[in-house]
Amino acid sequence: MAGSTALPVTPTRAMLREAGLIALVVFGLSFSLVGFKIEDVPGGLAILTRFDGVFFATALAFLGRIGLIMLREQRALPVALTALPTAALVLLLQLFSGDLDPERSYPFRSGVVNWSLFAVALALGLRALWLTWHHGGSLSNRDARDAAMDRVGAKVQHAARFLGPALLGFAIVLPFLPFADRRLLDIAILVVTYIMLGWGLNIVVGLAGLLDLGYVAFYAVGAYSYALLAQYFDLGFWTCLPLAGILAAFAGILLGFPVLRLRGDYLAIVTLGFGEIIRVILLNWYTFTGGPDGISGIPRPTFFGLELTKRATDGETFHQFFGLTYSPMDRIIFLFYLILALALVTNLFTLRIRKLPIGRAWEALREDEIACRSLGMNPRNTKLTAFSIGAMFGGFGGSFFATRQGFISPESFTFIESAVILAIVVLGGMGSQIGVVFAAILLIGLPEFFRELQQYRMLAFGLAMVTIMVWRPSGLLAHREPTLRLHPKPGQENTS
Amino acid sequence: MPESMLKISGVHTFYGHIEALKGVDMEINEGEVVSLIGANGAGKSTLLMTICGNPQARSGRIEFLGEDITRRASHEIIKGGIAQSPEGRRIFPFMTVFENLQMGATVSDPRHFDDDLERVFTLYPLLRERRNQRGGTLSGGEQQMLAIGRALMSRPKLLLLDEPSLGLAPLLVRQIFDIIKQINEEQNMTVFLVEQNAYHALRLADRGYVLANGEVLLSGTGAELLANEEIRAAYLEGGH
Ligand SMILES: Nc1ncnc2c1ncn2[C@@H]1O[C@H](COP(=O)(O)OP(=O)(O)OP(=O)(O)O)[C@@H](O)[C@H]1O
Ligand SMILES: [Mg+2]
Repeated sequence: MAGSTALPVTPTRAMLREAGLIALVVFGLSFSLVGFKIEDVPGGLAILTRFDGVFFATALAFLGRIGLIMLREQRALPVALTALPTAALVLLLQLFSGDLDPERSYPFRSGVVNWSLFAVALALGLRALWLTWHHGGSLSNRDARDAAMDRVGAKVQHAARFLGPALLGFAIVLPFLPFADRRLLDIAILVVTYIMLGWGLNIVVGLAGLLDLGYVAFYAVGAYSYALLAQYFDLGFWTCLPLAGILAAFAGILLGFPVLRLRGDYLAIVTLGFGEIIRVILLNWYTFTGGPDGISGIPRPTFFGLELTKRATDGETFHQFFGLTYSPMDRIIFLFYLILALALVTNLFTLRIRKLPIGRAWEALREDEIACRSLGMNPRNTKLTAFSIGAMFGGFGGSFFATRQGFISPESFTFIESAVILAIVVLGGMGSQIGVVFAAILLIGLPEFFRELQQYRMLAFGLAMVTIMVWRPSGLLAHREPTLRLHPKPGQENTS
Repeated sequence: MPESMLKISGVHTFYGHIEALKGVDMEINEGEVVSLIGANGAGKSTLLMTICGNPQARSGRIEFLGEDITRRASHEIIKGGIAQSPEGRRIFPFMTVFENLQMGATVSDPRHFDDDLERVFTLYPLLRERRNQRGGTLSGGEQQMLAIGRALMSRPKLLLLDEPSLGLAPLLVRQIFDIIKQINEEQNMTVFLVEQNAYHALRLADRGYVLANGEVLLSGTGAELLANEEIRAAYLEGGH
């Protein structure tokens, strides 16, 4: 290989050390996470051990790291010769062992993991094979990669005006596509809910630059507003939706008033505290909110007064009115369109208000508060509007959540929800509307597809997050093209 | 007798325990250009900021057009007809020139907007050319023009400028001062100018003040101060 002479070659010992270190980390993590499993067995709990999984994980991490190092230095042939057979082996093992019984599949006891492993090994092998014939363009050349991603980012930004409608069109026809089963639609509803929440929080964080770690509080206020109004006053979803929004916005003003004179980290900590306070109140005000028992029997939404159930409690049902045969999917599809509409309203509102003086003022405030003061802006009121409008959309989202679940309890409104929504906004690229969509699909949709892994699917969440941070530290699609230049030019960015 | 526009009497301003202004008295009359010079840390910027109510004076009194504004909120004061181009320009780097000017019109009647914009563009034709360029990519001189233009967008009666010549090449410095003169003469704008460049500032000014350690050291007409031996020694050494 003529091209390889120009590149520095890592000595074998250094290579082994680096791979050994990675293997050690993987071993440490997987030993307790994968190695033991507590299972319900007749007569109590039992600890099952799965050390074979730990062994495979460690060995694969070791080999994979060596493969990456060698690829970086363009010593591709040995990598290809190892990775491709490994991929084939994994494929065969999965095909022959997995279909019988997932608990016996090899190398890991989960089809999803095995298939992912196969995909990674195949990609590595093919890449290596490609490099064996074509020298140049290396995977880990950071500058080239960043520049390439910048170009992609700029293209997507440019394409956003077509991409947005295209995605919307796809979302509209989604329920009628042949592969749209109940599971997929449920995931889609969840993803769109988070897109909407992301867009709502984007007003506060992305536009006005207020770091809010307690957004879930408004989500909770919206959900409980609807649930309680329905329980105590027998009001329907469509009456409660605006009320829930107003109440959440009001909560936003109430919370915002004392805290918005704080800045940056301080604001973040106080909002985090408020998020928890709301949850603790919901948890302890037993006589009013039901405390940890939550509220059940929350009414389902109606389609202009038509119920989407098999038999109507009063009046007609949706399928009777339209002379259709009843299908339980109707309700799911209706919920999907409902949240899609709510999300669209959020988006259109944001796009519109951004062009109005108040939207401009938010962005100016994010850039330079002192300058804003000297121009006669009232920073507190300006921030309050951003805070309460963001809260209002959180409230809409919350009442949708309540009507979809039919049951809510404080458990659904923990800090992790705020963190996830914030992650969607930040990783999407602060202020970028379409970035929020991609980040939500990646962070919410992806782990849902790994649901088979049960609690381990949070690892997929972590993986998605780390991937974005490594590949796009400024967010998938940073808002306004020039914002990219906020950071050092690619190439000076090696510290990240 | 010219009419008094801004009257500052016995103003003390503190940053925590530090007393930055120690009883300042000053008066600015309608239609005047008044320059304030002084060494670094004398309290010049603090005085401008105190006029705008951020920080507020701890004691003393500030009157604008006969009304006491000492305890008013910043945005109320600006609404009342004072505009400031703050130290370090502070334009919005990620907003376009046009959007920056829009922000300048925060407190003014939206119906005036087109007229005011036209006036600023006539004053600085360059800004018209660059209206869609991001503020942060303008040169230092262009940014300064934008900062002044932005302040003018609110149709102020009194314009406060903090070191507009900071960091500019001599040719541009002259241009900036010419424009200040032009604003003063054509629009009969009252200007309160804080400057390090004492020579230009005093030559342009009807009257001037010298601030040292939070106190007014000297005052007089521009020509008097320019001729003053002390000032020549302290602020005009080494030419201009
Ligand atoms: N935010 C602040 N907090 C504490 N002290 C401050 C603050 N701003 C200014 N000071 C202090 O007040 C004094 C006056 O500062 P000021 O900025 O008014 O000076 P200046 O005359 O504008 O100087 P320069 O010509 O360098 O701009 C200085 O001693 C400064 O250290
Ligand atoms: Mg100063």
